[in-house]
Amino acid sequence: MTIALSQFDEVRLDRVSRDFGALNALRDVSLTIRRGEFIALLGPSGCGKSTTLNCIAGLLPVTGGAIWLDKNRVDTLRPEERGFGMVFQNYALFPHLNVRQNIGFGLKMRGRPKAEIDRKVDEALNLVRLQGQENKLPGQLSGGQQQRVAIARAIVIEPPLVLMDEPLSNLDAKLRIEMRAEIRRIHNELGATTIYVTHDQDEALSLADRIVVLRDGVVRQVGAPKELYETPAHFDVADFMGFRNKLKGKVVAIEGDRTILDVEGARISGVARERVSVGSTGYAAIRSDDLEVGEAGPNAIAATVDTIEYRGREFVGTAHSAGGLDFVFRSHVSVEPGSRIHLRTEDKRILVFAEPVQGRQ
Amino acid sequence: MDAVAHASAVEQGPNLRQRLAARGFDAVTLLVVPAAIFSLLLFVYPFAFGFVLSFEPKAGGDWLANYRRFFSDPFLYETIANTLWLAIPVTLVNLLLAVPIAFRVRLMRNQRLLTTILVLPITLGTVLVAEGLLNYLGPQGWFNRTLMTFGLISQPLKLVHNYWGVFASLVITGFPFTFLLTLSYVTGIDPALEQAAATLGASAWQRFRHVYLPLLMPGLAITFCLSFVQAFSVFPSAVLLGEPAGSTRVISIAAAQAAFEEYDYSMGSAIAMIMGLVQLGIVVAVLASRGLFYRGPASGAKG
Repeated sequence: MTIALSQFDEVRLDRVSRDFGALNALRDVSLTIRRGEFIALLGPSGCGKSTTLNCIAGLLPVTGGAIWLDKNRVDTLRPEERGFGMVFQNYALFPHLNVRQNIGFGLKMRGRPKAEIDRKVDEALNLVRLQGQENKLPGQLSGGQQQRVAIARAIVIEPPLVLMDEPLSNLDAKLRIEMRAEIRRIHNELGATTIYVTHDQDEALSLADRIVVLRDGVVRQVGAPKELYETPAHFDVADFMGFRNKLKGKVVAIEGDRTILDVEGARISGVARERVSVGSTGYAAIRSDDLEVGEAGPNAIAATVDTIEYRGREFVGTAHSAGGLDFVFRSHVSVEPGSRIHLRTEDKRILVFAEPVQGRQ
Repeated sequence: MDAVAHASAVEQGPNLRQRLAARGFDAVTLLVVPAAIFSLLLFVYPFAFGFVLSFEPKAGGDWLANYRRFFSDPFLYETIANTLWLAIPVTLVNLLLAVPIAFRVRLMRNQRLLTTILVLPITLGTVLVAEGLLNYLGPQGWFNRTLMTFGLISQPLKLVHNYWGVFASLVITGFPFTFLLTLSYVTGIDPALEQAAATLGASAWQRFRHVYLPLLMPGLAITFCLSFVQAFSVFPSAVLLGEPAGSTRVISIAAAQAAFEEYDYSMGSAIAMIMGLVQLGIVVAVLASRGLFYRGPASGAKG
């Protein structure tokens, strides 16, 4: 292995901000990325995740804060001086250069000797499994192959940091899963440090060591995939992590670590993730996998079935309550649309959040 | 009876209209007819007429007499060199100015205002520009008077009624056209390619040299041809701003003199044919060289 990525200890974003006129696309984003980590920046479109990546790459100047590579400040450098490898959403392969020339571009710009370029390009071709394609133009490759060229081109310059901007979003579903595994394999083989932007929580959960959830230009939560999945800190993070059932109610009691909500007359008790007080509005968030058809009783709410879909091992249905709440639930048995059922789950599967603050603060 | 007719229709396959439509001919194709008539009457016929006329010398003699006369008289054949000596440098200067300006304008927000200002000379027409330049660059013009006031020169520079007068006029009237074409080619290149090159360590000059320039070459070749043809057919400014009997005696002046001063339409036609051939030769050479460059889409993604 002659592709050896530059060594460093950490990349540090220190209160990085980026304004577009009056719009704060990023506000005081602070984050430390350690060597060898795979970080996913996750969030809905417009949350600032691509802006963050472009600021790190140097394609957008920051309007506040600083970016440090160990002891060196890099946000004042031009992109060509930073030497971070970047994989673009639309690949941005040079259409007039063949695969070999595309991958060797960065080394050629650095004036490396031809023998070294050839050797490293061969190795990169091996790493992304594109041997035999090196004389084709990008237009002659499939989307997945183009993606591999883009990755090879970014890593062959041996960057301390590899930046990926939604690299799989232009691929079809099957290829996306294949390339996901490839990206993680390449990351592991090279011992790379990767920042990966995505709006797909499955991608983030399966790839990343740590996930950074962004919303409206602000970091909402940073944590390991398991942590985010099981204990999201805020309502919007929960929403993004698949808590599709959101039950609005009133907090009626707090008993130890259990918070009890009154939702349309039903008593729902769960674990509070944010500070709530008795009498205030609260939201109970439940994953659709955890909401099942069951008996009336505590933690159960009456609903009318709207649709039911067969998904192989189980059924997934939608339902609504008398008060207009919508539910997504699963069931081992088929239930008829229009029938009255009770949906229930365990206490520990319910997370309680305060009412979210609307819009950008 | 019906059954028989139906069966025969099946055997014949699709009817004529369907077969034509499959090849792209349908009623919409008829919309081409006015344009075809127009070009037939106003281009093909006059061209063919002139072509034939050029082989029927007024003074008698064999059918190539006009051409032989042109290439044996230095006063005539030197007009080719005179015209090329104006048209090629002017076109190159226009291109060399247009490319960097287009690169800057591509990033601007108020593109329309600037574009309007730049396009103005086209709408003014060559004669008005020539009049303006005669006053501005003349011995008593502002330009010379300003230079003399500041003591930079003691004698007025001779900038009109020579090569440079025509040169300046051709740059002013030709630049907007060259610029607009260049701008459209420059903005047609995916900006992500430049960003990718930058993250790969390419400096601004390397990004231009290795990414933009190869992708622009085919467009610049077309721009060169169109601008060159415009400059090659220069007439008013060569007469008004140049020395039409000397260094700026361009080929169109020779053709006009033959036709309208000597009333030798046959010779005039022969000169026009030679003019056309020279233009065609340069254009074909430039377009053929495009084959040396990449000519696909200028975007980094598959369509």
